[in-house]
Amino acid sequence: MSLRNAAYIAGAFEHPTRLAPDKTTPQLHAECAAGALADAGLTIEDVDGYFCATDAPGFGPISMVDYLGLTVRHTDSTEMGGCTYIQHVAHAAEAIAAGKCKVALITLAGRPRSENVMRFRPGAPEQAFEQWIGLTNHTSYGMCAVRHMHEFGTTSDQLAWIKVAASHHAQHNEHAMLPKVVTVEDVLESPMIADPLHRLDCCVTTDGGGALVVVAPEIAKTLNRPMIALRGAGEATKGPSGGLGLDLTVSAAARSGPAAFAEAGVTPADIKYASIYDSFTITVLIQLEDLGFCAKGEGGKFVADGNLISGTGKLPFNTDGGGLCSNHPMFRGGITKVIEAVRQLRGEAHPAVQVPNCDLAVATGIGGSLGARHGAATVILERQS
Amino acid sequence: MSDRKLPAPQPNAETETFWDAASNGVLKIKRCGDCNQAHYYPRAICPHCGSAKTGWIDTAGSGEIYSVSVMRRGEGAPFAVAYVTLDEGPAMLTNIVADDLDSLAIGQRVEVVFTPTEDGAPPVPMFTPRGG
Repeated sequence: MSLRNAAYIAGAFEHPTRLAPDKTTPQLHAECAAGALADAGLTIEDVDGYFCATDAPGFGPISMVDYLGLTVRHTDSTEMGGCTYIQHVAHAAEAIAAGKCKVALITLAGRPRSENVMRFRPGAPEQAFEQWIGLTNHTSYGMCAVRHMHEFGTTSDQLAWIKVAASHHAQHNEHAMLPKVVTVEDVLESPMIADPLHRLDCCVTTDGGGALVVVAPEIAKTLNRPMIALRGAGEATKGPSGGLGLDLTVSAAARSGPAAFAEAGVTPADIKYASIYDSFTITVLIQLEDLGFCAKGEGGKFVADGNLISGTGKLPFNTDGGGLCSNHPMFRGGITKVIEAVRQLRGEAHPAVQVPNCDLAVATGIGGSLGARHGAATVILERQS
Repeated sequence: MSDRKLPAPQPNAETETFWDAASNGVLKIKRCGDCNQAHYYPRAICPHCGSAKTGWIDTAGSGEIYSVSVMRRGEGAPFAVAYVTLDEGPAMLTNIVADDLDSLAIGQRVEVVFTPTEDGAPPVPMFTPRGG
């Protein structure tokens, strides 16, 4: 069974907030759900499938389904860190193809700026061996960047170009947390956080969220919205796995990406717009290589000189400003990656960054810790008439 | 040397031999009796082939830096996080202890230095430049 055309994204909503001290996290989930359903032209009565991840408040989908007032016949709380919501699109399509639901609602929300949030559950098998190391995502992704530089001669200037491109897009996003255009020098002169990643190599931390509505083909045809099809999907996980053959320059996207392209029957050269998970600049560079936009080791040259800037570069990416400049709600950027891809395919991106005739897009992400254990999810989305 | 507070490792049935050895200054890892490959962190079942015939071996406690990143902000900073590839094969995530963190580099030879955690708890295996 292929997921090609098995389901369509009919609704997409990104919460405009970046700081929500006076709201609750369940409330943000509900506001995102309402936004995505209104976008699709549907109501909560139409929803028969619900997807959230393990960061959602309460006891998985049970609490949120009740809070939102849903009656569903399918739930899924698949967890893959920040890229979960890309994977949820594919899992929703699987459920729809299997006849388990017809209108799947996916929600994410969180308030890491306004409350303490639990990011990791205790009891992981590696805990005793790693808890004392003080590993954060900064050093985890930093080690990947150090190794990439060592093997391929990648430079901090090249990494900085990824941030520069994101900032060129963010200037047009009224909701972006960092709307100011920055230069390579600005990035290199920002404080070092974890070698070789500067503060401006890191994504923002935001309160907020988003939601998606994935529907069966027969539902999509009844809605007055552009037909945005799932054309292919892939997922994978990767870790040190006992410590032999460690290679920090390759991510799980080296498997999720090709699987998605194969299912879609297209190649990276066919892609008009790319949403690339950008927790850090190095995250983008490694995924571009792993998806095949350039050869392994060539990512630095590929991203330099504005090649990711819409209108001037060969591969417009993260035209909302991405996690690097706009939004990374609950430390999870997967849902905004799908949302901006949907905007581009509908022709609803900001006119200054809208890609002409954008009919094929990729959204790909990394979840977890790239230098330790992580997952990757990739979807290929297509606008159909 | 960082003044970070180190959480005490909690030994369990799969790992108590490792932590007992750590208390005696020995870095043990596991090797599979079926596929003959070593692994770290230690498990009861071999992650390479699925065999239950895993056994403990003493390492030489030496290896080289595969990658390293120095954390510059936050509690206890600066401190170095690294993967060290042991001479027995597996790479392990760890800290590098050194006077000059800026001098740490990929390929550098390092040796294990067990670092105390909390009273009565096992020490943890960090590394330091050989001769340093």
